[in-house]
Amino acid sequence: MAILTIRDALNQALREELIRDGNVFIMGEEVAEYDGAYKVTRGLWKEFGDKRVVDTPITELGFAAIGVGAAMAGLRPVIEFMTWNFSILASDQIINNAAKMLYMSGGQFKVPVVFRGPNGSAYQVSSQHSQALEAFYANFPGLKVVMPSTAADAKGLLKSAIRDDNPVIFMEQERMYGLKGEVPEDIDFTIPLGVADVKREGTDCTIVARSMTVPLALQAAEQIQKDFDVSVEVVDPRTIKPLDIDTIVNSVKKTNRLVIAEESHAFASVGAEISYQVMDHAFDYLDAPIKRISTAEAPMPYAKNLEAAALPDVPKIIAAVKEVCYL
Amino acid sequence: MPKAATRQKTETKANKVSKNGSNDRLAEIIKEHEFTDFVEVEEAKAEYLKRRKSQLTQIKKTDKKILREMLYQMVLGRHFEEKSAEVYRMGKIGGFCHLYIGQEAIGVGAMLALRPDDMVLTSYRDHVQAMVKGITPESVMAELYGKEGGCVKGKGGSMHMFSREHEFYGGHGIVGGQIGVGTGMAFAAKYKGTDQVTLCFFGEAAVNQGIFHESLNMAQLWKLPCIYICENNQYGMGTSQKRAMSVSSVSRKGEAYGIANEFVDGMDVMAVREATLRAVERARKESLPTLLEVRAYRFMGHSMSDPGNYRTRAEIAKYQERDPIVLFKDSLKEAKVLGNKDFEEIEKQATEAVDKALKFADESPLPNESELLTDVYA
Repeated sequence: MAILTIRDALNQALREELIRDGNVFIMGEEVAEYDGAYKVTRGLWKEFGDKRVVDTPITELGFAAIGVGAAMAGLRPVIEFMTWNFSILASDQIINNAAKMLYMSGGQFKVPVVFRGPNGSAYQVSSQHSQALEAFYANFPGLKVVMPSTAADAKGLLKSAIRDDNPVIFMEQERMYGLKGEVPEDIDFTIPLGVADVKREGTDCTIVARSMTVPLALQAAEQIQKDFDVSVEVVDPRTIKPLDIDTIVNSVKKTNRLVIAEESHAFASVGAEISYQVMDHAFDYLDAPIKRISTAEAPMPYAKNLEAAALPDVPKIIAAVKEVCYL
Repeated sequence: MPKAATRQKTETKANKVSKNGSNDRLAEIIKEHEFTDFVEVEEAKAEYLKRRKSQLTQIKKTDKKILREMLYQMVLGRHFEEKSAEVYRMGKIGGFCHLYIGQEAIGVGAMLALRPDDMVLTSYRDHVQAMVKGITPESVMAELYGKEGGCVKGKGGSMHMFSREHEFYGGHGIVGGQIGVGTGMAFAAKYKGTDQVTLCFFGEAAVNQGIFHESLNMAQLWKLPCIYICENNQYGMGTSQKRAMSVSSVSRKGEAYGIANEFVDGMDVMAVREATLRAVERARKESLPTLLEVRAYRFMGHSMSDPGNYRTRAEIAKYQERDPIVLFKDSLKEAKVLGNKDFEEIEKQATEAVDKALKFADESPLPNESELLTDVYA
């Protein structure tokens, strides 16, 4: 095991896949000579050259389309969006083309492309650069949506995403690039898409968290254990689509209480979907209504205090757990 | 303003334009484009007459088998679309249905300049291109019928014909979306080091979409072997090009990106093929893109549900005087390559092929309901 940041774990995954498969290439804004806006692709252009690591103009719709067309014609593009906010410009290609090509072509044209980049808030970057878009993309059949929260997950899931024959929406988090964790050194280490991970075992309450809310949920769980002697289980689905609902339901059947912590807005969110599915599969096991912590229903403000107020945090998660536990 | 059917702009010329981007040159370009670059019917007729002699020479130089195939594909396309309209009205085809009548010379002329392994994709007006690329009329018609025997098993319908086997990368329903996808296919061909060419068709209305400009910029920047064929039928649905485009010359928009471009008479199948052959050579040998603006006219509405109230019957009739099939037959006859007997034979062959397609589509079963959830994920 090596101790790596999420940033370096992603970099390692990209490097290993570039070596493993000549059809894999990286494309995006500032991915090559600049070494990546967030340094995820650091050193790769120097090592692999212009052909494999391609800088693009600022033309998100255009290079997303290159990814779709190149994938249809047999390559395995990894397309970086500097942030997922910019993918909105490219969403026609992702939703109308990548997601539907296999179906529309009666199974003839696969689109093995990975679209990746940071999702959600950063540090005071305001309304247009702080959006968590997973629910938007997860709504469309044909796309897979992946959101790692640890260095090992980041590496293992990105390698699986690149090897997957479907278009994969791979969402990182800028605030988390520097988080460190143990990562297996085996170059064949992968984590299958669609398998949740129990990040902390517990018996009294389940928190389903993803991406940035996973470390927050773990911190909240420690605090609650200490302050109230309540044992919290933290489940990280890791892949939003396909969703490993079984692991979530099994946890709820054990704890009988559920809090969902997410960085996106609440309305029609992934948390809303999980709530429905838990109700569908485990209604009789619930001892309290499900609680959800999401980002406030407003565009992200700039002011530091307002930004903090908008986002999920440890106290908000603790308050939700106390509520479902009637503490 | 040159009116030649195949006004060629070489890359050198285009570069000159961009390098001399002074105000004078800019003013000159703007001036050139102030009046519309439309070749009106009368102008087109006069221009065609001037080219006629060289066209006949070209016909005589072309393999008779290819000429016959060109005419056959055009006639087949025409019959196929006429029948499609007929059965659409009977309720056998649902949804949208965009016909190619009047534009046959473009798809046929361009695609008969290709190798079988070259890649093609187009917009939702895709029935004829699909057949020219080798998908059988049976499976195209069955697709229109939403039947199991359709080329995509009834999952796509009129707008989404595909065939991996025939390197036909679709029928695309979002105006302009395929321009970026085609650019990506050309990127892949260059990446893999094959010498395949990508032919990407779109209408002139797609030129107003951002993806056209984003794609052409990257294609020239990265020298991608992609041929962009703008089928300018002069109407984006019911909005004429005059009401939608500030600079009417599509071909010259290529100059903004330094892309070689030509303006081509889309009613002359020989001119389309010749221009495409030049573009194919540029793509195959130099790995360079080309933008062809091929001027045509759609004889039918935008789709089957088009009321057609935005243009007059007289206008349509005027353009029908330049029916690409009639023009080609006249030339073939005059060049003494094919005659009435051949034409009759071709008509018969095309009619039979369409009848066979209709029969196949009628008899093909509906897709099994279990197909609803297949092919969502690989």
